[in-house]
Amino acid sequence: MHLVFPAVLSMLLFCAGVYGVLARRNAILVLMAVELMLNAVNLNLVAFDVWLRDRLHSGQALTLFTIAVAAAEIGIGLAIVLMVYRGRGTSDVDRLRDTAEPGPGDQDAADGPADAPGTPAHRTEAHRTEASA
Amino acid sequence: MSPAAQSHGFLSPSGAEVAFVLVGLVTFGAAIVTVTTRQIVHAALWLVVALGGIAVEYLLLTAEFIAWVQVLIYVGSVVVLLLFGLLLTKAPIGRSPDADSGNRWAALLVAAASAAVLVWVVVDAFRATWIDLDGPAAGSAAVTGASLFRHWVLPFEALSVLLLAALVGAIALSRRQPPAAAAGSRAPDAAQEGGR
Amino acid sequence: MNDVLDVVLRLLVVLVVFLALPLIVGQTEHKVMAHMQGRVGPMYAGGFHGWAQLVADGVKFAQKEDIVPADADRRVFQLAPAVALLPYLLVLIAIPIGPGEGAVGEVVDAGVFFVLAVMGVGVLGSLMAGWASANKFSLLGGLRTAAQLLAYELPMLLAAASVAMAAGTLSLPGILDAFAWWWVPWQIVGALVFFVSGLAELQRPPFDMPVADSEIIFGAYTEYTGLRFALFLLAEYAGIVVLCGLTTVLFLGGWHGPWGGAGLGWVWTLLKTAVLAFLVIWLRVSYPRLREDQLQKLSWTLLVPLALAQIALTGVVKVVIQQ
Repeated sequence: MHLVFPAVLSMLLFCAGVYGVLARRNAILVLMAVELMLNAVNLNLVAFDVWLRDRLHSGQALTLFTIAVAAAEIGIGLAIVLMVYRGRGTSDVDRLRDTAEPGPGDQDAADGPADAPGTPAHRTEAHRTEASA
Repeated sequence: MSPAAQSHGFLSPSGAEVAFVLVGLVTFGAAIVTVTTRQIVHAALWLVVALGGIAVEYLLLTAEFIAWVQVLIYVGSVVVLLLFGLLLTKAPIGRSPDADSGNRWAALLVAAASAAVLVWVVVDAFRATWIDLDGPAAGSAAVTGASLFRHWVLPFEALSVLLLAALVGAIALSRRQPPAAAAGSRAPDAAQEGGR
Repeated sequence: MNDVLDVVLRLLVVLVVFLALPLIVGQTEHKVMAHMQGRVGPMYAGGFHGWAQLVADGVKFAQKEDIVPADADRRVFQLAPAVALLPYLLVLIAIPIGPGEGAVGEVVDAGVFFVLAVMGVGVLGSLMAGWASANKFSLLGGLRTAAQLLAYELPMLLAAASVAMAAGTLSLPGILDAFAWWWVPWQIVGALVFFVSGLAELQRPPFDMPVADSEIIFGAYTEYTGLRFALFLLAEYAGIVVLCGLTTVLFLGGWHGPWGGAGLGWVWTLLKTAVLAFLVIWLRVSYPRLREDQLQKLSWTLLVPLALAQIALTGVVKVVIQQ
């Protein structure tokens, strides 16, 4: 098999993940994009491991480690997201700006935490009816 | 051109190559939908397709063990966990207002530019390189297991410590705070999932 | 050409088994439950002891209107039953029924991983159904399904890993080749853990909180009617067949039997599977449903430690007998 196929696929998946991480606002969607990037790397590792016929199979071993680390990452990440959601009623990463320095043109930072609790319930309800209408 | 290149060619692909490209197209398409759709749960379900596609690609690369681990861990656990999180954060049916942020075009620019550069570099570097898939499978359970427990024992053990730390961390994070500290928070945590 | 024919024939046989055995289990459940409760069960359909009851049920399901709720996510809602059912068909391909290469749909090198991985995918169907129905009860059912799956996948895997350790291979036919009679007492704890976790993963009583009808109507399947609902039911019974078959292969020696030789191996497999399926039905009649927190507690404080202990025991014995 041509080595270019898996390598190019892996690059494309990685860039899709990059786009997702940069463009998404919902924290869980960001986590999904991160998973895509990790998988792209795994595909690369496996392809090169098979190509090199590595005697130590470092590529495959590393892939297994990456998968395990990704599982740990998603567990911790979701725990954090759920805790944030529980505390402020949103999992929108653009609104989690407590530690950001208030800059010019950044009114969001002031009203973000204040109106957060309770809003998403109304918001999602509103959109549910909107979507069904 | 290297001698190996003369016996292969883009114009006479083998069966495995055709399959790889087709599955790759499906995988890439699913990945694109995952990062662009505004329906959050659909994104998770397309992620299942993308991850499953990658598992099939592993099979085509003869890394069988990793393929099944991929299905077991990613499709069976990670995506279920993600869906669980989505259900708990009240993912609406239909389009979600907070899926995309305002910097979509900048993100698209960055992603497209990096894709162009990376693909160009990779194609240029490995234009005449072929993987030899004949001979013994490179990733059967026996081979992978032997290398893992012969050469990679210490990292493996370190990994178990990492997983333990992650377990403890997740429990510590999602535990309910004592009532004094938790005056404001009322939603039940993940383990109790509103069963009562 | 012969190879193609061979593969097609095998897949055909697997398909027939996949369609027939769940129905047989379902019919048995009707009758066994009835007799255990002092009733006679279905008696009319088909004439002899109501053997055609499930056929009649199938006809009834097919005639019902296929309703999708107005607020539901149509495509996910319609796709969910297939996602729930197909993994069990795939698993069935890898389960060996007799000795030798000829008695298994397809030899998979990492068979144990394959079957457990693919079985885990089936739960996505319940999750999709629970979310897409636009119904609070369905959503609760979906959440319970997910919590239950995450809790019980681990002990199931650990128990299966113990057998794989004992046999020194991940392939299901390989495990059967290595089997000896004293494995049954040796792996008995693992077998119990595996079977109980499997029941929980199938959401069978006493672990049927996700579909608890007295609490959340019918969980993720509340909004389903007609054929799609029948597919979910079929998935449950196919799950019973797969779980019993897997327990038989992993822990009870599959085609090994006290007498009968290699030619009758498939009879032993079927017999053991049938006994286990009877046990599943028996448990449904005998035990009340657990509460949600009791369910989690059972898994994390009992089954996981037991499975780990079984792995330790397997390792110790394995090292001892190799010296």
